[in-house]
Amino acid sequence: MSATTWAWLVLLFPLLGSIVIGLSFKAIPAKTAGVIGTLAIALAFACGIGALLALLGEDPEARHHASSLWDYASVAGLDIKLGIYVDPLSIFMVLVVTGVSTLIHLYSYGYMQSDEGYHRFFSYLNFFVFSMLLLVLAGNFVLLIVGWAFVGFASYALISFWYRRTTATRAGMKAFVINVVGDIGLTLAAFLIFKELGTFDYGPAFEKAPEVFTTNEWTITAICLLLLVGAFAKSAQLPFHTWLPDAMEGPTPVSSLIHAATMVTAGVYLIARTHPFFELAPTAADIAAFVGLATLLVAGTIALVMTDLKRAIAYSTMSQIGYMIMGVSIGAYSAGLFHLMTHAFFKALLFMAAGSIIAAMANNQNIDKMSGFGKAMRFTSIAFLCGALALAAFPLTSGFFSKDEILAYAEARGGMYLIFTVLGYVGALITAIYTFRLVFRVLPGTPCKEAQELIDTGHVAHEPPTNPATGEAEDTDVGFPGSEHHIAEQSWPMKAAMGVLSFLALVGGLIQVPGVDDVLTKWLDPVFENSPLAHIHPSLETDYIGLTIGGVISIVGIYIAYLIYVRRPDTTAKLIERLRPAYTLFVKKWYFDELIDFLIVRPALAVGRFANRVFERVVVDGIVTGTEGTVRGAGGVVKAVQNGFVRSYALLLVAGFAGLALYFLVSSS
Amino acid sequence: MTIEWYIVLSALLFTTGTVGILVRRSPMVILLCLELMLNAGNLALVAFSRMVGNQEGQVFAIVVMVVAACEVVIGLGLIVAIFRRKLPLNVDDLRELRG
Repeated sequence: MSATTWAWLVLLFPLLGSIVIGLSFKAIPAKTAGVIGTLAIALAFACGIGALLALLGEDPEARHHASSLWDYASVAGLDIKLGIYVDPLSIFMVLVVTGVSTLIHLYSYGYMQSDEGYHRFFSYLNFFVFSMLLLVLAGNFVLLIVGWAFVGFASYALISFWYRRTTATRAGMKAFVINVVGDIGLTLAAFLIFKELGTFDYGPAFEKAPEVFTTNEWTITAICLLLLVGAFAKSAQLPFHTWLPDAMEGPTPVSSLIHAATMVTAGVYLIARTHPFFELAPTAADIAAFVGLATLLVAGTIALVMTDLKRAIAYSTMSQIGYMIMGVSIGAYSAGLFHLMTHAFFKALLFMAAGSIIAAMANNQNIDKMSGFGKAMRFTSIAFLCGALALAAFPLTSGFFSKDEILAYAEARGGMYLIFTVLGYVGALITAIYTFRLVFRVLPGTPCKEAQELIDTGHVAHEPPTNPATGEAEDTDVGFPGSEHHIAEQSWPMKAAMGVLSFLALVGGLIQVPGVDDVLTKWLDPVFENSPLAHIHPSLETDYIGLTIGGVISIVGIYIAYLIYVRRPDTTAKLIERLRPAYTLFVKKWYFDELIDFLIVRPALAVGRFANRVFERVVVDGIVTGTEGTVRGAGGVVKAVQNGFVRSYALLLVAGFAGLALYFLVSSS
Repeated sequence: MTIEWYIVLSALLFTTGTVGILVRRSPMVILLCLELMLNAGNLALVAFSRMVGNQEGQVFAIVVMVVAACEVVIGLGLIVAIFRRKLPLNVDDLRELRG
């Protein structure tokens, strides 16, 4: 079979899974739904491998195919096909998405078992995977927007999955609204692209772009900036990031799949996909890189002080996506995508382990209350540690290679781009500290109440279900957090998923070791062959110096975390006391929520209230009631004639005709 | 006979019918008066047809008869329905449709 056939099959299975589970939720038992959902994604992954093999069998230059099934819209001069574009980049994304999704489905199979909404969950989750695959396989900007909006919806549906939780529904709305802002940016970009290039298809658009635009012309810069609005909103970059931490209201597998491994990296994919545009607009690319850098530092500092386990990891996600955005914006495409892949492994793993710990804590997410899980949950803690080591870029783990590749590239580009290397290493230090802050506060120490219960009795702690954010009693009708919790130690699917990811998080980086092998760069080479930036390669020496610095920084960071959180646990309080303003700034998340509230929400509300009071009440209401009064008055007059006496109608008729006859008689004589 | 006599008779019949409709309250009689008016019209049509010397007026008269038959069917049906419902057979009392 050809690569495109495989790619269509990749799209088919998740869609089928979603529809089958969604329609037959009454007929099939919960476990079957989980099996169908997981199998659908596993089949998609197998088809992804098929597409990979099909592409490998071809000449590297010929590894791009466009294929379409139907016309999506065909009107005056506009010919949009329901088409996909298969090339090494899209297949790479397909493999990452379906591979991680398969494992997360497997994890959810165990984790969500006591949830009343089990079918709904798997139906949504399959729909999400379908949308994400549509996004990465789309062959034109229209279908890209369709996939883009679909993942936005899937994210909304899954954040608000426990829809009786007010905090969850509110977080879902926030995510949706901010994502729609991004959708608008992307749509406007597509309009501009069509206006200037006359096509929506990737291939022709990228070919034509260098002929139509001159470097840094305002139109191409505008296109790129609008694309960036979409990318930033989806990838939670400043200033559109505030939805991501709130999105942690969703079930943990959702945080793991959508808000760490796949959907939030769509912005990185978008920049890599539209790299011919960005190379024509270096200003826009630099803006993107600086935003990525700012996000990685801001989010990293917030992660240092977050006491909510999942939210701390969410800020870490934003920070890591900052690295990726920075990488693909400065031209380190394969490095950025490499980091995307390794991040998908270790961040999904961290969330899974966090989910297991949170389940053992009876849904309490506060790390102040956690300790001693190293003894209570051996498997989970080892997995957590693997994820943390990779995130902190500990030597030879996957994050170590991918992060340093981005920074080494920035160094090789030289000039202004050295800022990215230097501050990137600062970010790496912060990353190592906050990651091991979580590790040292959760895993070692005397076991907390819940951990002790687990050690003594083997039972998972159960509290009456309450919302961790507000403390209000939870409605268990719509499921988990319900009567029963599931931890990796007691559920083999969760264990299997976490085991595979732990392995990948540790050794996944070995596919791209500088000077030894660079599988990924070679594989992605045909996509970026026309890009001058992609041919800048840091020298082997730079690479290894970078790796050494990175390794040292990681170990230093871990040691600092060890000093602060294990050796002298009272240091935290002292540091907070001494650095009070900084601490407040971080705890308040750099006041971004307040800033957005002040700049956008309040003015919008004020305009709305003004419109309501002045325009709606006076003008609109005036017109409506005025019209109504006129009609009613006229009706009252005419109504009198309709008195119901048939004979008076007859008289009127006769009189009328008599009058007419008289008129004609008079006028004719 | 000149045309005037026919027209005068027709006018007399028409007026009788009109006055009958205006003064009587029984739906049955009103229907009868209506028939009278239609036939007054028919008479005039036939008379004019003869005066002019072609058959078009007669054709019209036949059409009017058909219409009259239909109207009687519906009218009588209504009267029977009113009767069956034990409603007063008096058009002044049947004023449900007033505005």
